[in-house]
Amino acid sequence: MIVEQIVKELSLKVLTGRDHLKREISSVYCGDLLSRVMAKSSKSSLWITIQTHVNIVAVATLLEMACIMIPEDIAVDEKTLAKAEEEHVVILSSPLSAYTLSGRLYSFGIFSE
Amino acid sequence: METTDNVTMCQYYSIEAGNFTLAGEAAGQIKNNLKQLGIDAALVKKVAIASYEAEMNLVIHSNGGRLIFKINPKVITIIAQDDGPGIKDIELAMKEGYSTAPDTARELGFGAGMGLPNMKRCADRFVIRSEEGKGTEVELSFNLS
Ligand SMILES: Nc1ncnc2c1ncn2[C@@H]1O[C@H](COP(=O)(O)OP(=O)(O)O)[C@@H](O)[C@H]1O
Ligand SMILES: [Mg+2]
Repeated sequence: MIVEQIVKELSLKVLTGRDHLKREISSVYCGDLLSRVMAKSSKSSLWITIQTHVNIVAVATLLEMACIMIPEDIAVDEKTLAKAEEEHVVILSSPLSAYTLSGRLYSFGIFSE
Repeated sequence: METTDNVTMCQYYSIEAGNFTLAGEAAGQIKNNLKQLGIDAALVKKVAIASYEAEMNLVIHSNGGRLIFKINPKVITIIAQDDGPGIKDIELAMKEGYSTAPDTARELGFGAGMGLPNMKRCADRFVIRSEEGKGTEVELSFNLS
């Protein structure tokens, strides 16, 4: 599935990276400890996290993730949004919880590694 | 350490203690260098992860330091050096889950205690030297052939 389809299916807000929604998603990773994410996540993944600090952009860029998904309408720092635009990182947002989002994504047939 | 004769590229990044906003920039530049040099994607990923963890340790735990990137036809080397405070018990620091990261760093998602183990896992060779009150040096090597 590509990012755009997920945005549609889950009625997500696109906070950054509007021009990069054709990226293919190969897996999903959910987690908030950055070292764990660095170790376990991978290229083209969709990453669900409640972290909103600018460093999530560095993690997504280094791993070449497809997108970041922020649950529960958590506000994202201005600095993070600016940096994400600069680095072509897609950040999506939803009022749903990480649990519900994960469940929906699983039902679409996207699994973790 | 290899001789400087056949170094095809060497770069030096000064890393500021406590600057979380810039954190990850050096690792990002190292990664871009490797991609431009056409290095295999799986290896680029390993170097990127290890460089990021090394850089973050300088930001979170040190009084400031530097990240050095070198590449020759045989090996990629990443060196993280700092000017203190040093590590008292290296064996303990290497244990997965052990972290002395302050709450300010933990709130941002750091302090999983997996940085040093991640570096060791990614690199073909991992050497750490540290002296309390002096500083720490981590040297990582990645074979190219
Ligand atoms: N450059 C350094 N200077 C001083 N202490 C360090 C340094 N790097 C690592 N440490 C110590 O080793 C511990 C483990 O490091 P690491 O595995 O990267 O986990 P984390 O960074 O999540 O704490 C740190 O919490 C810290 O106590
Ligand atoms: Mg660390």
